Order: sequence, then C-alpha cells, then structure tokens
Amino acid sequence: MWDYTEKVKDHFLNPRNVGEIENPDGVGEVGSLACGDALRLSFKLDEKKRINDAKFKTFGCASAIASSSALTEIIKGMTLEEAGKVTNQDIANYLGGLPEEKMHCSVMGREALEAAIANYRGEKVIKEDFEIVCKCFGVTDNEIIKAIRENNLKTIEQVTYYTKAGGGCGQCHPKIEALIERVRKEMEKEPPPVKPEKRKLTNIQKIKLIEETLGREIIPALKADGGDLDLIDIEGNKVLVALRGKCSFCPSSEFTLKQYVESKLREFVSDDIEVEEVRP
Amino acid sequence: MKTVYVDNNATTKVAPEVLEEMMPYFSELYGNPSSMHFFGGQVQKKVDEAREKVADFLGAEASEIVFTSCGTESDNAAILGTLDSYPEKHHLITTRVEHPAVGNLSTYLGRKGYRVTELSVDREGRLDLDELRESITEETTIVTVMYANNETGVIFPVEEVGEIVKAKGIPFHTDAVQAAGKISLNLKKSTVDMLSISGHKLHAPKGIGVLFIRKGTKFSPFLIGGHQEKGRRGGTENVPYIIGLGKACELAKKSLNEENTRVKALRDYLEAKLLEKIPNTLVNGDWKNRLPNTVSVSFEYVEGESILLLLSDLGICASSGSACTSGSLEPSHVLRAMGVPFTAAHGSIRFSLSVYNTKEEMDYIIEHLPPIIQRLRDISPFWKDYLKSQKKQ
Repeated sequence: MWDYTEKVKDHFLNPRNVGEIENPDGVGEVGSLACGDALRLSFKLDEKKRINDAKFKTFGCASAIASSSALTEIIKGMTLEEAGKVTNQDIANYLGGLPEEKMHCSVMGREALEAAIANYRGEKVIKEDFEIVCKCFGVTDNEIIKAIRENNLKTIEQVTYYTKAGGGCGQCHPKIEALIERVRKEMEKEPPPVKPEKRKLTNIQKIKLIEETLGREIIPALKADGGDLDLIDIEGNKVLVALRGKCSFCPSSEFTLKQYVESKLREFVSDDIEVEEVRP
Repeated sequence: MKTVYVDNNATTKVAPEVLEEMMPYFSELYGNPSSMHFFGGQVQKKVDEAREKVADFLGAEASEIVFTSCGTESDNAAILGTLDSYPEKHHLITTRVEHPAVGNLSTYLGRKGYRVTELSVDREGRLDLDELRESITEETTIVTVMYANNETGVIFPVEEVGEIVKAKGIPFHTDAVQAAGKISLNLKKSTVDMLSISGHKLHAPKGIGVLFIRKGTKFSPFLIGGHQEKGRRGGTENVPYIIGLGKACELAKKSLNEENTRVKALRDYLEAKLLEKIPNTLVNGDWKNRLPNTVSVSFEYVEGESILLLLSDLGICASSGSACTSGSLEPSHVLRAMGVPFTAAHGSIRFSLSVYNTKEEMDYIIEHLPPIIQRLRDISPFWKDYLKSQKKQ
C-alpha cells in the first residue's frame, strides 16, 4: 500500500474544485487514457487579472487526483506570472510530499498549468524542437530535461518517477542516461540559481516551520550519530538550541551547528536564520 | 469498520483448523525430524502424514512431494533444476501471462543467453496450441505454462498442452498456485511432470510451498544442502508449516465441491449485479474456462488505484491490474497481453472469493461500488467526453 500523507488522502477523498469552468480564460490538458492519467485544468481571471477560479477533471490514481486538487488551491488568487512559477515541487510540498514513484503526478499538474496559461496567451503549447524520447508514454527530451533541472534528478529511475519516461519497454534508457549526463554537466557549469525570496512568515508560522524542520530534517540526522538537540528559544532570527547526547561534548559540535543546522533552517525557513548554542 | 476480504488470489486466511494443528509444533514438539531420538521421530511421523495428505490432495505419491518455502521457490526450482539437468539445451517455452515467479525468471534467463519463447494469448486470454506446436524444437529444454491465471482466473488446457509437450519428450512444468484448491487436480492421470503450489493461497500460512516432481523426472536440486526431501531440497523442514499445509490440503479436498458450487454462485452473482448496475463495465478473460472464485472486471474511464482506495475506505479489500497500484507505469502484463484496451485496462479490479465469503458481503460490495465508480467518472475528463460522443451518434 502507498504511504500517502494525510493531506494526500484528504485531497483524494474530498477533492477541491472538481469540474470544468464555463467560458474559461484558459484550458490546459495533459496526459491520456493510454498513459493511465490525464488532467484537464481550466481557470478564469478576475478584473485584476488574478486567477479567480480554477477547476480540474482528472483520470488517474489517488495522488493524481490529490495533486490536481492541490494545484487548483495553490493557483487561486495568483497572477498568471506567479502561477507560471509554480513548480511540481510546490504541488508535492503542498501535499506534505508524495511517494517518489508518484512524483509524475505533480509534474502532470505543472504541465497542465503551463498548457492552460499558454492557452490563455494564445500561444500554441510549447512543444517545438523536441524529440520524443520515450515512445511508450510520449515523453519529449524537453520535458525530461526540465524535470532533471527542476528536481535535481540523478538516475533513470528518478526520471521515470517524475516523467514516466522509460517506464514502459525500457528501450529509451540509454537516451535518458545520456540526457542526464548532459544536463548535469551543464548544471555544474552554471552558477547556482538565485533562490527566489521566501515568502514572508508571521512569527507563529516561523516558529512552527522551525520546529517542523528540526523534527524532520535535523534531529533524525543528529540522532543517527548518537546526538540530539533541543529548541530552547527563538528571538527574531536567532534560534537558540542546546545540544544533547554525544553532540554536547563533541569537539566538532560548533561545526555541526553552524554548517548543518543553520544551513538546513536557512533552506527551509528563512535565509537570515542564525543559530546559537546555549550551554546548560 | 467491517472487513470484506475478496482478495483471496493474493492470500487467504489461515483456516482455524490449520492453525490449531500447527500450534504444538513450535514450542512443545519442536524436534528435528532428522534426529535419531524419539523427540525428533514423533515429528518425522507428522511430517510424513502431512506429505501423504498433500499427495492425496494432488493425486500424487508421497515420494513425489517436495516441500519448499513458497510458490516462487517451487517455480524457480522446477525451471532451474531442469535447465541444469539438460546443460546442452538452451530453449525455454512459457507464456506472456505468467506470474512474475516464472515471467521474471524467464526474462532473467533470456539475459543469460537462453532463448525464451513467450506464447501469446487472445483477447479472452486463451492460448493458441498451434503456436506451441510450432515453437517446440530440438533445443527446447522445458515448457512451463501456468494452470490458471492469477489476474483473470482463466484456466489453460494444461493436459492438452502436456500431451503436445510430452509427445516430444520434453519436461513439462505448470505453476498451479492459483488452481490448487479451486479446481480438481489429479496428477495420477496427467501429462504434468512438475507442478508448483503455494500454501497461503489455500488457507495454510505464508512461507510454505510444494513442488511435485513426477517419479522419473530428471531434476537437479536448487537449494543444495542436507539430505532433506530426499536430497531434492536442502534445509531443515519447516515442520509446523508443513503440518499446516497437510491439514489445509485435507480441508481443500473437502471444500472443492463448495468452491465450485456456493463460491462460484457468489462470484456469478457479484459479477452479474456489477454488470447490471454499472454501465461500461466488462469482464476480462475466457468466460467459460475460469476459476470459480475469480472475476476481473474493468470499469471504463476510471483508474484502478482510486477505486481500490475508495473500496478500502469502506473495508472492502480487492486488487487491481492498473499501473498505479504496482508502482509500475503500465497496466498489468496479463491484460496487455490480452489486448484489453487502455480505456478498460487501467480501471480493472479483481475480486477473488473464498469459502469464507457470504452473500451479505457480495451485497455490501454491490451496494457500494456503483457510487464509487460514478464518483470517479464525475471527476474523470473522459467520461463526459464519452457521454457527449454517445449523444452525437
């Protein structure tokens, strides 16, 4: 049985915004019956050109339905420019994560959104200069390259999880492998992308997010090495923690703190977090 | 929440009688059957009895029964053991619809340099015996054809296959994991040389299987070790499970009639009502030659995993041939081999019954499944398109 989060289950059992908008401003459709999942997304803009309403119809598994439902909730209220920046990771994160094998459901959401925005702008769906790499599922090289870049994919298996490419007969595996190698080489040469500014958090949101990040990303890693960490207080951007277990007398604890805890908190919470150790 | 378990081709409940029979052999009568002392000897006797019961159930002789750890081991032992016995030959014939225990092994052997012929099936999941006749060559080492299909329940004409194979003097193996306990198997008058069964499909526990090896069949052991199972399978006997399987076979022999009358009637009732109440529903597989407990139904324009999870939410346990349930991206190899259209293959659900199922349970499914399908069709973009296209016609 799939290990779906409660949020995935909720959006599957009680999907939001099912249907089709009459006289929509944009419609996007991706997938097919043959592929095993398909999504039709429609939206309407208000006078300020923000997405006023979004609806979906989906054929697919629980995570496909949940991803579609999440997508419509995410984009409501956004301008098309903002919506254009929504990534498949955003959809997966909104649902508290998806099993990796199911990440293609979130990619399908992002693709439908792209298609719907292109439809509104009167552009043809941007499938040009492409080569179909995976014939079983009709996945193009451009789609694979995008997924590799956006999700930092490293293996053929991951590409299959995210795009379905290579999930059928397997004949395209050498091509996918070559694409991974090429794109990863390109990525190494490029300067790291400037991270988009994280949205402004209220104090309560920030505290919650810090606690969540500690619990999910940091403490399990410390525990694996016999250590532990307690959150003592949060003052503005200063996070006060006390190290426990092996960490508390480990000479490299300063390093642990600065390099590890801080970088994780900066990644998941806010770029200006500073971590300080409180000694008992 | 009540549990309605209709996934008996996946696994079955251990019969209470079976469990009771097994219990003393864990921490009271725990001797090793190979020991010289009385404490092991009394266990040896029970293992012999169990072997007799299994043999009786299959119409075989006790000496032809080899206990293994599961159906997969039995299949692997039969195929690899035969290939090992005929090192000069390099051709294997099987079908496109085998269980992975045979199917993936064949793929593996193909990579290792064996020539593998996979016989095709038609839209009803039936074999073409002429294709088999044409495939057999001087090089053919073994033919392995399943007795009944786990997904559709379609029964292959195993004896006819065996006649063709034996006329050429080639060893013939059949994976009867799904057939055992559901239809009568009489190996006394049979063309089968080797046959696999699995305990947990017939109300014995998981972790015990049988390989029947007809007397006089060339065989090299797969697990090499002690003298157990007359040197055909090393490893200390899994005593409590062997005893449990013996009991389960005794019960299965008795309940065979019920499987083919009461259970079959329940299956037919469920199938007829679902076809009646849900439009665009079709049954997969040869309608006439099917296991009495199995039905594979496809609901067009919806996806199987979604159906399963909504059923599961109501306590109903079934399975699906859809892609998403297995983690693979393509629908079941069985339905694809049969050429079931994609509109239906992704929305296939298998119900597999046992003697423990009741009419009330069927009614519970019949009451709750139609609204589930309707709900998913309302979400599906293809259903409305389909209805529109119907109106135009």
